[in-house]
Parts: sequence; C-alpha cells; structure tokens
Amino acid sequence: MKAAPMPPLFLSDLRRSSAANVVAVHEADGVSLRLLEMGLVPGTQVTRVGSGPLGDPLEFELLGFSLSLRKAEARRVEVQVMQEVCEKDASQR
Amino acid sequence: MNENDKSLRVALLGNPNTGKSSLFNALVGGQQQVGNYPGATIEKFAGRCTHEGRELAIIDLPGLYSLNPASPDEQIAVDVLLTPNVADMQVMDVVVCVLDASNLVRNLYLTTQVLELGIPAVVVLNMMDIATQAKTTIDVEQLSAALGVPVVITHGSRKQGIVELRSAIASAAVVATTTVTFSESVEAAIASATTATAAPAVACQRRCFLNELALSTDVESCVDEQVESKQTSEFSAALDLCKQQLDAAGDRISMEPIARYAWINQVVSSVVERGDTDHSLVRRRWLDRVLIHPFSGSLVFLAMLTLLFQAVFSWSVPAMDLIGTLFQWLGSGVESLIAEGILRSLIVDGLIAGIGGVVIFLPQILILFFFIGLMEDFGYMARAAYLMDNIMSKVGLSGKSFIPLLSSFACAIPGIMAARAIKNRNDRLATMLIAPLMSCSARLPVYILLTAACIPERRVLGGWISQQALVLLSMYSLGIVVAICVAWILKKTILKGETPVFVMELPSFKMPSVSIVSRKMFQQGMDFVKQAGTLILACTVLIWALAYFPRSEGTMEQLSATQTSGIQLRNSYLGRAGQAIEPVVRPLGWDWKIGIAVLASFPAREVVVGTMGVIYNLGDQEDEASVGLRDHLRNARWDDDPTKPVFTVPVGLSIMVFFALCAQCVSTLAVLKKETQSWRWPLFTFVYMTVLAYVAAWLTFVVASSTLTV
Repeated sequence: MKAAPMPPLFLSDLRRSSAANVVAVHEADGVSLRLLEMGLVPGTQVTRVGSGPLGDPLEFELLGFSLSLRKAEARRVEVQVMQEVCEKDASQR
Repeated sequence: MNENDKSLRVALLGNPNTGKSSLFNALVGGQQQVGNYPGATIEKFAGRCTHEGRELAIIDLPGLYSLNPASPDEQIAVDVLLTPNVADMQVMDVVVCVLDASNLVRNLYLTTQVLELGIPAVVVLNMMDIATQAKTTIDVEQLSAALGVPVVITHGSRKQGIVELRSAIASAAVVATTTVTFSESVEAAIASATTATAAPAVACQRRCFLNELALSTDVESCVDEQVESKQTSEFSAALDLCKQQLDAAGDRISMEPIARYAWINQVVSSVVERGDTDHSLVRRRWLDRVLIHPFSGSLVFLAMLTLLFQAVFSWSVPAMDLIGTLFQWLGSGVESLIAEGILRSLIVDGLIAGIGGVVIFLPQILILFFFIGLMEDFGYMARAAYLMDNIMSKVGLSGKSFIPLLSSFACAIPGIMAARAIKNRNDRLATMLIAPLMSCSARLPVYILLTAACIPERRVLGGWISQQALVLLSMYSLGIVVAICVAWILKKTILKGETPVFVMELPSFKMPSVSIVSRKMFQQGMDFVKQAGTLILACTVLIWALAYFPRSEGTMEQLSATQTSGIQLRNSYLGRAGQAIEPVVRPLGWDWKIGIAVLASFPAREVVVGTMGVIYNLGDQEDEASVGLRDHLRNARWDDDPTKPVFTVPVGLSIMVFFALCAQCVSTLAVLKKETQSWRWPLFTFVYMTVLAYVAAWLTFVVASSTLTV
C-alpha cells in the first residue's frame, strides 16, 4: 500500500456503505487502546453501515460484527479507502 | 468462599454477548446463587455441578473484551484472575474461555491473553449453530492444536455439549505455553522485569507489565497486593526503558493489539473456512436497517416505549389491586382479632400498611424488569442506547442512561437498579442521582388530588386542552427539565469527567430465553423487597409512632371517630412538629397542616393523600378520586383568618412542585445506598432534592401569587 498524496482520511469521513482499511489509531490513551482491542488494528477492513438520528453515533462493521462509535472516537481512526471494493470481498475478511 | 479442597474452582469468562450466561445456566442448572463482589455492586453469579463425583464450583465472571480493564465490571474479572485475594476469592483451578463461534477473530483476542495466565484452560466455541448457518466451518482439532488447550463445542441455549464441557473442565490440566510473542526488545524487557520464579506469578507479572506498559496511568489494578511486594526496582526500570523505546517508535498502545491480531489472523486463516453467504449477518443487517434507521428506528423505539409503559401502568393494575385488597383484608382481619390499642395500631397502621406500601410496587417492578430483560436478551438494548446517544451526550451522559431514566417514570427503584448496565462509574452515578426526579407513579395520586382541589376546570389554548391536564403535563416536564440541568451540573462539577466514550458492540439478535429472563426478574424483585422493605418498614413504624404518641385522653366521647383522630394527630409529636415548622413552610404558602402532611410523607410520598384525609378531619381511607376530600380541601380556611381559603392556585402549584422535586421516598434512598455501597450518595440526593424542592416551591408560590389573581 502506497501512501496517497492526499490529506489523511478518518473513519468519521467514510461514506455510507463504503469500506476502508485501518491505517492507524491516533492518541495514546485508554479509548484508543479499546478501539485497537476491538479489532481496529492496521489492516482491518471496516465498512460504514449507517448512522444514528441526527448523524451521531456511527455504525461500522468489521471482522463480522457491528460496532458503534461516536464521531469523536471515529475521528481517531485513520483509514485508507480501498479502490473498487467488491461487496463480496467486503464480507469475507 | 467456603469451598472444600475437593471441589474444582472454575472461572467462566468471555466477551459480552457470547451466550455465556445461558451456558452458565445450562452448566449449573438451579444450583446457583447471586451475590455481590466485595466493595462493588457488580453481581457475582456462582454455581455448582458435579461430574463423575468431582464437584465443580463455577463462577460466571462479567463479560469483558480485554484483560486491560476499562470498566468496573472488567476490573472485577481481571482481579479474580490475577489477584484473587483482592476480590475475596481463591486462585482459579480452571478457566473456561467462552467464544462466539461466529465472531471468532475478535473473541480470540481475550482468549490469547487469558491463555498466557498460567491457569489450565478450556476453550468453548458457543453458538456454533449461527456459525454453521453462515456455512462457516471451523477445524476444531487444528484450533485446539494452535491454542494448545482443549476446545469444546456447545449450544448453551439448547443445552448441547454440556456434558462434554463438564468432562473437559474436570480433566483440564493443560496450561497453554505463551501463545503470542512480542518484539525482541519487549520480550527482553519482560524477561528482565520478571523477578518471580513460580510459574503463575511469572505469568501474572507478564500481564501486569503489559497493562502498565499500555496505560501507565491509573493502574491500581493488578499491581497492588499480590504483585506489589514482588514489584521490584528491576520491574520499574525495565518498564521505564521499554516505555521510552516504544514511545519513540510511537506504538506503545498498539504494540499488544497488533501482535495479537497478527497471531490470530494467522491461526484463523488456517482453521476457518468461510461460506459465501452469512445468513446471520444478512438477517442482522436487515433487522438493523429497520431498527436503527434514523426514522423507522425511532418509530419502533417509540412503539416499544408505549408498549412498555402500557404494560407497567395498566397490566400491573389487577395485581396491584389484588395486593392492595389483600393487605386491607389482612388489616381488617387483625383489627377484628385484636382489641383497640397500641398493639393493634402498630400492626395495622404501622406494619401492615408499611409492608403493603412496599409490596404494592412489586408488580410494576417485575413487569418492567421482564421487559427490559427480554429487550436485553434479544439485543435491542444496545440499539436503544445507539438511538438515544446523541440526545443524552448533550448533557454529558451516554445513550446507556436513557432506559434507566425512562424506567424511573414508573418507579425510581427499578430505574436505579437498571443503571447497573452503565459501565462508566461517573455516568452511572449521575444517572442514579437524577432518576428520582422523574415523576414516578407514586406522584400521580398527589398531582391528581391537588389539581382537582386547586386548579379551576377551564379550557385553554382555544379550548383544546383542559387547564388541569396542562398542569399535570407541566409537572412531568418540570422533573425532566430539572433532571437535565442537574445532570449537566453534576457532570461539570463533582462527577467531572469527559463525556463517556461510546464504543459499543451492536450484538447479533438472539431469541430471548424466557427462563433466564424470568429468573433474573424474580432475583431483582426479591432484592427490592429485601433491601427496600426493611428500611421503609422501620421508617413507617417511626412515623406511625410520632403520629400515635402521646395519646390525647379525655373528653372525646361525643366526637366522631374522624374528629378524634384529627385531634389526636394535632396533639401528637408529629402534629407538634408540624406546628413548630410552620414558620418554615409559611413562605411556601402552606399552613401547618400541609406542613405535617408533607413531613409525614417523607418515607413515601403517596402517604400524603391519606394524611391529608386525617388532618382535614376525614377518615383514613381516602383516595385521590374522592370528591369528599377534594371539597374539604377547597373549603379549608386558615386558622388565623377564617375567610381566607388555604388551597388557592399558588398553594396547589407550590405543593405539587415540591412533590415533583423532593426525595420523599425511603425505598429509593435505600436502593441508592445498596447500589452505591455508601450512605454518601443517598444523603446527597436527599439534601439536593429537598433544597431544590423547597426553593422551587417558594419561587412557584411567589411568582404565582404575584401574577395570578384568582
């Protein structure tokens, strides 16, 4: 994976039903640790599923389970959008 | 714990939503007891079963995601495993890791941590049926080889694989050797930090080192007690050095998760073969498209709430009537058996009325807990929290506070108990402290009586709404608005802390188990009766005594019974206290009679209706619909000015505002004491609510008197 010459993208920026790979979780505190422990380690594929009323919290799918995060937390997770994601691929890993 | 030497101590642990509780139920059946961990309000589920003459003492630990604890629940589970003496337990002989087979990767994270603890382990793949539906195949033997411990397949809800599991536990002897190894420098640091020689202590030090390494702040957890004595200068030196190295590389936090997930992904890719269609995932997505959609989700949520309230308020009526009748019958039965006097009064007015006053709320509490249990088991509670999070976060709480607060409209007691689901301590406290501000069902009789007596029947807003209904609605809204303000202030001051994080798994949907839900419901019901019952009883007896003594003797033969009781009350200690506090209640527009009615209703606010009946020279047996009492209140005049009516609009409003905000419920305070394990919070709640009620009632009276001219 080569770094694209673009500003970093975060989980909070992800559009509905688009998928991305985790690059890094920023800030070194308990919240970030929990995000990592829940599987948001570099390389994990995450799909944005939906959002709550008034746009917060957000719902994501990763490793076959569904996780909800507030925008504030999602903003810690830097991601890289995968080009031309195939839906089937998305559910596989 | 008084386990004998022969029984095997077993800890059951796993991620939340792995079907662990139903597995626990299947393992031990009815042989279980619920208690509390020392110093914590987290419920401890323990049970026993035997396998071929060997007794297994099983403890069901709270669900957790990692041995690096992030909540009191997780802390307890970690304490039991690492420092059992802190949790008042003994070292576990076997640890059983329960995994949701359909969510293997994330579930294995905790498992790899636990396998390193040096305790013989058994891994359980639960809910294999869901994984099978998804056409996913798991090579169990290969998984067992990779993890180095036995792997058993179960269906906890269908009680399959239970015998095999018991047998695996009874013969468990294998300690997995370290599964995940970290980078050379980290491993070297751990090696030089390890000063212990015994195998379990080495494993424990390794875990403590990793926990400290990730989050150096606030690690009172596993470092104290057992390990502190072993925590040497080598340990801290190695730790500091390792921290510096990792900080320089910028991966101090991510080091452990990255290494573990790399290991897990490697194992899973060789053990698991995924099918192309995951039906459970498809079903969950489809249901979630409806249930947490901003629009349809909100509609479903409203419908659920309506159903819940309908159930709590109307389905409970027959049972509550039955209980009421039963206690009345009991009272009159005793009345006919015992001659009039102190003993009869104590039993009928004190004991029976006191116990009846508590038990009458039991149907509402049971129904509420049954519904909440069903929703929790089905997986809906997480969705409700998801939907409400945005609104609740505005005052610094999270979506998880919503259901406890909502429950408090029926009764604050189940509401406060439901707050157990909130993991963050400050959040949970804030939720419990504002729960009593919600207008509970016991306030309704008071509102109804006073609106009927004081508020003129008139149509407002173009004749659409009656003025009385409007007043009722404002009382409910007042509680909500004040609760929001109090929550906001609490979160800014004594319960300071960042707005709680909301990292929440939305679990897959499950068919709720009625037997587990009912068991839990009865457990909580009994809890309530035991805890609240004893205290409210004591207070009711106290108030009874204050109203009963001293006896007024003398020339009362020619008076009617109700007049007698009126005079008795006036001369009792309670009555004297009422007259003594008149200067205090005068600014609120109350006379001394209202004062003692309010004073007498501090143990339970609904008592005020009966007390007013007595005070205004009626019988004891008044209820809120009674026209007689309403008219008597309307005709009441001040003692010092017989032309001035007591119950004017400002006075009525001021009393109602007082009741809306005051903590007049001993049961609530008793439950608060139980849940927080200290007198501090019930005391705080009592003081803040009473002060608030007084000030608000005074403001209401002053503003209403100057603006309304009736």
